[in-house]
Amino acid sequence: MDKIQSLYEALTKVDGFIYPNELALNWDMLIVMYPYITGLVAGAFILASLNRVFDIKALRPTYELSLLTALSFMLVATMPLITHLGQPLRFYEMLITPHLTSAMAIFGFVYLWYLMVVLLLEIWFDYRYDMVIWSREKKGFMKFFYKALTLWVSDTSPESRKTDEKIGYFITVVGIPSAFLLHGYVGFIFGSIKANPWWSTVMMPVIFLFSAMVSGIALVMFIYMVVSYLRKQKIDMNALDTIAKYLFYILIIDFTLESLDQIHRIYEADESFDILKILVRGKLFFTFFIMQIGVGVVIPLATLGFLQFKKPRVRIRKLIYWIISICVLVGIFYMRWNVVIGGQLFSKSFYGFTSYKVNLIGGSDVTLSLLWFIVPFFILAFLLWLLPPWKKAPPIEIPEE
Amino acid sequence: MAIEKENFSRRDFIKNSSMFAGGVVFASLINPYKFVFATKQPKGKGKWYGIGIDIEKCIGCGSCARACKIENNVPDDPFFFRNWVEQYTITNDERILVSSPNGGIDGFKQPVPEEDIYKTFFVPKMCNHCAKSPCTQVCPVGASFESPEGLALVDQSYCIGCGYCVQACPYGCRYIDPVKGVVDKCTLCYHRLEKGLDPACMMACPTGARIYGDLNDKNSAVSLFLKEHNCAVLKPQLNTESKLFYNDLSQEVH
Ligand code: SF4
Ligand code: SF4
Ligand code: SF4
Repeated sequence: MDKIQSLYEALTKVDGFIYPNELALNWDMLIVMYPYITGLVAGAFILASLNRVFDIKALRPTYELSLLTALSFMLVATMPLITHLGQPLRFYEMLITPHLTSAMAIFGFVYLWYLMVVLLLEIWFDYRYDMVIWSREKKGFMKFFYKALTLWVSDTSPESRKTDEKIGYFITVVGIPSAFLLHGYVGFIFGSIKANPWWSTVMMPVIFLFSAMVSGIALVMFIYMVVSYLRKQKIDMNALDTIAKYLFYILIIDFTLESLDQIHRIYEADESFDILKILVRGKLFFTFFIMQIGVGVVIPLATLGFLQFKKPRVRIRKLIYWIISICVLVGIFYMRWNVVIGGQLFSKSFYGFTSYKVNLIGGSDVTLSLLWFIVPFFILAFLLWLLPPWKKAPPIEIPEE
Repeated sequence: MAIEKENFSRRDFIKNSSMFAGGVVFASLINPYKFVFATKQPKGKGKWYGIGIDIEKCIGCGSCARACKIENNVPDDPFFFRNWVEQYTITNDERILVSSPNGGIDGFKQPVPEEDIYKTFFVPKMCNHCAKSPCTQVCPVGASFESPEGLALVDQSYCIGCGYCVQACPYGCRYIDPVKGVVDKCTLCYHRLEKGLDPACMMACPTGARIYGDLNDKNSAVSLFLKEHNCAVLKPQLNTESKLFYNDLSQEVH
C-alpha cells in the first residue's frame, strides 16, 4: 500500500488545519488529463468546422487532419476517468442507471452523442467516396476492410458525392454546438460544485470552452507541422498563418475571460478569498503564474501579436509556430492542473493546505496519464495510414444555389 | 439490510428511457424545485432524523471518534474518519488555531500557554445528513442516496468510486475506502438504529454532548434540544439544510 505510505508522508506536510479526510487528494493527475484531452478534441473539431462551415479556405489543408486528431483523442477521452475510478469495472453503471441530477452522469451521453453521431459520421461522409475508390484499388484483406468501412455503399456518382458533401455540412453545423456542449459540460462538472470556491463559478464552462479551443488549435498546428516534416512535404504557410491568427484571437478571448474571473474574485473578496490568495501566491505560484500565464499566455500572445504586424522569413516563422504551439499546449495543461489539483490543495475549512507530490516513477496516476496522452498519437498515426488525407480525391465543387 | 432507495433501478431506467430524451427538461418544468435537489423533503410522517451537539458540554475526550472507528470498521489510519473532533484555540492576539490530531482519538494537547489563550473549545464533526445534500445530488449512479428517514447513505455495492461526492461535500465528511475502492461515510449507525439501538458515538459520549432523534416528533431529545438552545448549523450560506445543529457554535468554526 504505497498510497497509504505517501499519505503518512503528506500528513507531515500539512500547513495549518485541514479536515482529516481531506488529506487524500481523490482527484489526481488522471482527472487533470480528462478535461485536457476532451478539450483537445473539442478544439480540434472546432478548427475543422471553421474550414467547413465558415468556409475559411486557407484552412483546407488541415481539415481532415483536425478531424482525425479529434477522433484519436476522443477515443481515449474517457479512459483517464475510467482508470481513476475506485471500481473501474462498474463504469457501465453510469450509462445504464444514470442519476439525472449529476453532471458527471450526463457526460457519458454527451460523449456518446459527440463520438458516434458527430465525429464518426462526419468523417465517414467525408471519406466515403475515397474509401470506395481505395477498396477498388487494394487487394485481399485491405480491400475487404475498406469495403466494410464504406458499409458496402459503393455509389461513386457525382450526385452521391454531392449528397455526402451536403450531409457532411449539416453534421458539422450540428457538430459545433455539440463540441461546445461537450466541453462546456466538462467545465460544469467543476463549476457546479458549490462546496469548492475555487471551482464554483458560472464562468467555468465558458473558460473551459475557450481554453479547449486554444489547446485544440495549437495541437493541430503542432501535428500538421510534424506530419509535414515526416512526410517531407512543404508546409502550406498560408494555412499555418491562418491557424496562428485564429489561435491569437481565441487566446485573447480566453485570457480575457480568465482575467475577468480572477478580477471578479479579487474585487468581491468573499470569505474564501484569503485562502485562495495564499494558494495562488504560494503552492500554485509556479504552475499558475509561470506555466499557465507566462508560458501559456504571455509568451504566445506577445509572439503571435508581433507576427500579426511583422512577418519574418518562413523558416523562422515555422520555428516560432512550432515553439508557440508547444507553449500553448503546456500552458493549457497547467491550466487544467491548477483547476483540478489546485482546487483540492486548500481545505474547505479555509484554515490550511495539503500537498500533492508528483511521484514520477512510482505514481501509477502519472504513468497512466502519460499513457493516455501518448496512445492518441499512435491512433492518429494508424488513422493517417488508413485514411491518408493527402490521397483523397479532390473535393467536388457544389455549384451555388 | 434492506433500505428503501430513491435512486433508479435498472428496470426503471429502461422503462423510463423513452421519457429520458426530453425528460430532463420536461421534469424540471413540471416540478422545478424537485429537480434542483437530489433528495426529498420530509414527508411529515415517519422518522426524520436530526442531530444535536452541545459544544458547551464536549470535553474533547475523543470517545465518539474512537467508538465510531471500532463500530464501523473505519481504517485505522489518521486520514479516514466518519467522525472526528476538532480543537479550536483563539489566542489573545486573535490567532485562530485548529487541530485534530488523529481525529482527536488519542486526546488533545494544548500547545499554547494558558496565559495566551483567549478561548478554546472542541467541535465534534460528523456527517450533517443534509436535507439538500450536495453529495447525493452529484453521484453519477445514484449510489449516494437519502433514506426516507433523512440519512445520507451510500450503497457500496453500487458506488463506482469516482470521488465526485467527496468533492461535493462542503464538510469533508466522506473518504474513499482504500481497500474497497468505494466511498464511505457516517450512516448515523443505520444498522444499529434499525435494531432500536443508539449510534455508537452517542453511546460513547460521557457527557451527553451528543443528541439525536426524530425531528418530526416535537418531544424527541433533539427537538427539545433545539427548543432549549440557540443552535446554528455549519456553512448555512451553502444552503445544504444541514440537520446537525450545534449549540454555542462560535463563528470561527467552518
Ligand atoms: S455533510 Fe457532506 S456527506 Fe453528509 S449529507 Fe451533507 S454533503 Fe453529504
Ligand atoms: S464515489 Fe460512489 S457514492 Fe460518491 S459520487 Fe461516486 S459513485 Fe456516487
Ligand atoms: S465523546 Fe462526547 S465529550 Fe467526548 S469528544 Fe465526543 S462529543 Fe465530545
